[in-house]
Amino acid sequence: MTDSPEPFIQIRDLHKSFGDLKVLQGINLDIPAGEMVSVIGPSGSGKSTLLRVLMTLERPEQGEVLIGGEPLYSMDGEGHTTLPPKAQFRALRNRIGMVFQHFNLFPHMTVLRNVTEAPVRVLGVSRKDAKAEAMKYLDEVGLAEKADAYPAQLSGGQKQRVAIARALAMHPEIMLFDEITSALDPELVGGILALLDRLGKRKEMTMLIVTHHMNFARQSSDRVLFFDGGVILEDGKPDDIFTHPTHDRTREFLKSVLEV
Amino acid sequence: MNLSLATGAQWDWAFAWEILPQLLSAMRVTVTATLLGMSLAVFGGLLLVMMRRSHIKTLSRSGYWTIEFIRGTPLLIQLYFFYYVLPEYGLQQSAMVTGVLALGLHYSSYMAEVYRAGIDAVPKGQWEAATALNFPPKRTFFTLILPQAIPPIVPASGNYLVAMFKDSVLLSTITVTEVLYTARDDIGSDRFRYLEPLTLVGVLFLIVSLISVAGIRRLERHLEKKR
Ligand SMILES: Nc1ncnc2c1ncn2[C@@H]1O[C@H](COP(=O)(O)OP(=O)(O)OP(=O)(O)O)[C@@H](O)[C@H]1O
Ligand SMILES: [Mg+2]
Repeated sequence: MTDSPEPFIQIRDLHKSFGDLKVLQGINLDIPAGEMVSVIGPSGSGKSTLLRVLMTLERPEQGEVLIGGEPLYSMDGEGHTTLPPKAQFRALRNRIGMVFQHFNLFPHMTVLRNVTEAPVRVLGVSRKDAKAEAMKYLDEVGLAEKADAYPAQLSGGQKQRVAIARALAMHPEIMLFDEITSALDPELVGGILALLDRLGKRKEMTMLIVTHHMNFARQSSDRVLFFDGGVILEDGKPDDIFTHPTHDRTREFLKSVLEV
Repeated sequence: MNLSLATGAQWDWAFAWEILPQLLSAMRVTVTATLLGMSLAVFGGLLLVMMRRSHIKTLSRSGYWTIEFIRGTPLLIQLYFFYYVLPEYGLQQSAMVTGVLALGLHYSSYMAEVYRAGIDAVPKGQWEAATALNFPPKRTFFTLILPQAIPPIVPASGNYLVAMFKDSVLLSTITVTEVLYTARDDIGSDRFRYLEPLTLVGVLFLIVSLISVAGIRRLERHLEKKR
C-alpha cells in the first residue's frame, strides 16, 4: 500500500464503560490501510471491547473514529459521541467485517447460504453471482466440498473457516478477528493462523487481530498493540515489543504468557 | 356403601350410534373454529411480539399492555364482549366469526409469550453476526432469528393448540353449533338424554387431542432432524 495522506483508521480519545466499569479509557490509534495489527494483553483489558466498538456492537460514550476520513463516531457539542445519519452509518459499517470466537454461523442455513446470504440481501448481488463468489472464498479456506453441509456437521476449525469466508464475501476493507482460535482444538489452530497470515500478506484489508498466540503476533503481524487497563500501553514493531518492551507491565505479561 | 345408581340412565348403544353422525359433523365445526383461531393466534402473536420489541416506545408499551390485558381476563368474558357488546357499535358478525376472532385474539397473547421465549433463546452471537454482516433489522429478524426461534417453540404452540381446541366449547355459549352445543341443545334437550351425547363428545375430544399430540410430536422430530 502506498502512503496515504491520512491513516485509514483514526481513533481519538475513545471511552467505553459498562456501568461503573471503565473498559476503554482513552484509546488513540492510527492505522494505515493494509496493515495487519495484533492486539495482545491480559484478560479484561478491553481488547474485545475495542473491536466491538469498531464493529458498532457497542456504542462508545466519548471519542471519535474515522474510517477513510469519514466519521463513524464523532463528538457533539456536549462531549457525547454521535452517529452519522443512518445511510452513512450503514455504508461505513459495510466496510468493516468481523470474525468471532464462537463462529456465530447461522445454524439453519447451509454453508453456501451462510456465505451468500449477506451479499444477496445486503449488497444486492444476484444469487448466481453470489454463489460463484462464495465458492471462490470457500475454496480459498479449503471447504468448497462442504458447501451443502449444515454448520452442525462441521468441526470447529471448519466452522471458523466458513465464518471467515462469510466475512470475506462482503469485501470488507477492515477485518476484525476476536480470538478466533480460542474455541478450537489445539491441532486446528495452526491452519487458521496460517490462513490469517496468508490474508495479511496480501495487504488487501486492514486487519486487527486479538490473539493469545505470541508467536503469531510476532511473526505474522506488521505491528503489535499491548492493551492494559483500557489503554494501549505499548504500540510498535513486533520485534521491538517482544525483545525490549518499554513498560514493566508488558514485560510481566510477556513473561507470564511465554512461560506456558 | 351403595354404589348402584338409583334410577340412572342405562347406556343405549342404538341411541349412541344414531347420534354419532350428527356429533361428528358438529366436531367438524369445532375443528374448523380451532384451526382458524390458531392461524389467527399464530399471526396475532407474532404481531404482538413485534410490537413489544419495537424501538418506538408507544408501540412496545401498547404491545405489552395488550398482551397483559388479554391474558389477564377470561376468554368467556372476551367472547361475550365480542358477541353482545360490539354489535351495539355496529360491528356485527356471525356467531362463528365472532367465536373464531375471540379465540384467535385470546390465544395471540399466549402465542406472543411463546414467541418471546423462542426469540430470547436465540444466542446473542446470532444478532451480532447479523450486525457484523450489516443486515437491516427486519431482515435480521425474519430471515436469521425467527427461523431459529420457531422449531423450539413447536411443543409449546402445540399445547396451546390443544388447549384452544378444548376451550372452543365455550363457543356453544354464543350459539355456535359446535359439538357441545349440538350434544346439549340439539340432541340432549330434544331427546331428554344426556349420557350418550356428552360421553361421546368427551371421547371425540380425547381422540382428536391424541391425534394432534401425535402429529405435533412428529413435526418436532422432523424439525430436530433438520437441525
Ligand atoms: N456487555 C458487558 N457488560 C458488562 N461488562 C462487560 C461487558 N462486556 C465486557 N465487559 C467487561 O469489560 C471488561 C473488558 O472486557 P473485554 O471483553 O474487552 O476484555 P478482553 O481484553 O477482550 O479480555 P479477554 O482476553 O478475556 O477476552 C471486562 O471486565 C468485562 O467483564
Ligand atoms: Mg476478549
